[in-house]
Amino acid sequence: MAEIRFAGYGGQGIIRSGIIVGKGASIYDHKFSTMNQAFGPEARGGACSSQVVLSDTKVLYPYVTVSDVLVAMSQEGYDMFEPELNDKGILLIDEDLVKTKPPRGKIKSFSIPSTRLAEELGNRVFANVVMLGFFTAATKLVSKEGMEKAVADSVPERFIKHNLKAFQKGYDYYKDKL
Amino acid sequence: MKANPRDVNTGTYYMDGDVAAGYGALAAGCRFIGGYPITPSTEAAETFARIAPQAGAVFIQMEDELGSIASVMGASWSGVKTMTITSGPGYSLMMEAIGLGAMIEAPFVILNIQRGGPSTGVPTKTGQADMMQARWGSHGDYEVIAIAPDSPQELFDYTIKAFNLSEKYRCPVMIMADECVGHMSEKVVVPPAEEIEIEPRRFYNGPKEKYLPFKPDKDLVPKMVKAGDGYNLYITGLVHDEKGYPIKNQLEKGKRQKLPTRRLVDKIRLNADKIIELTEEGMDDAEVVVVSYGISYRVAIRGIEIARGKGIKVGNLRLITVWPFPDKKISELASKVKAFVVPEINYGQIVFEVERCSHGQANVVLVPHGGAGVHNPEDIAEAIEYAVNEKKKIRKVVEWKTRLEKFVFEGGYKLNK
Repeated sequence: MAEIRFAGYGGQGIIRSGIIVGKGASIYDHKFSTMNQAFGPEARGGACSSQVVLSDTKVLYPYVTVSDVLVAMSQEGYDMFEPELNDKGILLIDEDLVKTKPPRGKIKSFSIPSTRLAEELGNRVFANVVMLGFFTAATKLVSKEGMEKAVADSVPERFIKHNLKAFQKGYDYYKDKL
Repeated sequence: MKANPRDVNTGTYYMDGDVAAGYGALAAGCRFIGGYPITPSTEAAETFARIAPQAGAVFIQMEDELGSIASVMGASWSGVKTMTITSGPGYSLMMEAIGLGAMIEAPFVILNIQRGGPSTGVPTKTGQADMMQARWGSHGDYEVIAIAPDSPQELFDYTIKAFNLSEKYRCPVMIMADECVGHMSEKVVVPPAEEIEIEPRRFYNGPKEKYLPFKPDKDLVPKMVKAGDGYNLYITGLVHDEKGYPIKNQLEKGKRQKLPTRRLVDKIRLNADKIIELTEEGMDDAEVVVVSYGISYRVAIRGIEIARGKGIKVGNLRLITVWPFPDKKISELASKVKAFVVPEINYGQIVFEVERCSHGQANVVLVPHGGAGVHNPEDIAEAIEYAVNEKKKIRKVVEWKTRLEKFVFEGGYKLNK
């Protein structure tokens, strides 16, 4: 059982990230997952979050109460959801977009310049997929194979290659760092 | 009858509830949706529009919600299965025509992905405050069927069931989902066509000159024909006889004329036991029963777990069918338990039905929520704890003060004297 929160702005692929993790877990890793989203009336730019509950059995209560993982792609998202993070949880941030407070409890914190790395790959729209690669390596909650299949399954066919490259970049960034 | 393989996209998906409803509609044999897209139901309309061509079905974006619901009724009498998709503001606009639908006994389905608040409300967030509107929204006497799914899989399964019920009873069938269920993504299994049971339209096939469009069958439901197939049809919103001709009162010209309204209510009321679907759990030694529906059911499960952790005996009754209301079940439970706890995302709707059916035998506690979010399960757990410990019989619905209500309203408004 794991509760995951993605937070950022509309347009960053925050909800899509939740869908990919949920899909990786429940379709390809054959576990159970529920993804919920929260967004405002704006198409882009407004505060946005998604939450995924992963479990080995059917998910009854589909919401995060205390998150095990927080992925923050915006300062506002970090500020809002950091208090909900478990003392022993994992915090993943885009280091160019989020300034963190002094560490709390036994929280393991990892940072990556996901938006910058995505720009290096040619387009910042891949930032969330870079982050998902990083997420997969750091949390090991969903298998790499499952995540790759879920990424490929969730993007237009002509962009599959680009997305898998972005995913690998985030994955390697974690592996190389440690 | 089994579903047509052409209509069924068999497979395992990770999709949200709206999308699942679109797949469910096509699998049920829906051939026409007239709709006016509105958040948070838009994805259902988009999905149906995208997959409709594979089955020769049609989606038309109408000029507004009045046009949408009217087109659906026309399509229904032309002989096809049909639905419209909306949310609160659109639902309000459709109310008048829903009464017409009940009166002309057009089988059709309305998917309402409820949002929060009255009027424009909170378009992207949830609510369960249209539940009474579903039952009483149009004027005059009529009955409807309403179902409250709690997951994307159920939005697939119960969309099919809604079509089946509408064909069987020829009344408006409402799928009263909400934004949480509509926008929640989960695994959805679309089974092969041969595993999907669908109810075909009950067509009349006797001699043309003998056809009476509103002559009831044994189960009080008349048989249909297709408008345009050469039958003499007079389909009107006026109170009518079996031929469909307007009548004024029950003793016109000294003959006994049966107004259709009696049958419109009785065809649902007398068949209620067959229509109503509930799930119950932990009832044997329950002192308190939580009654919930839709997303609030899934939230209540956590509240019940917390209460059970404290040794409280709680039963869990889920209303899958909300209308017709399970009067008998609630009355029967009321004589056995201390209290009912009803969490719903409104300031009291279904809770008053529970109170009505408990006939003063059990206390009734409402756990309210003003919308745009779901309950904190701790509030539900505390309401259960209160209900089990309350010794007095309280002759009204007790409103539990939730954390949110205390925080936002500091205990509630007071009138200045």
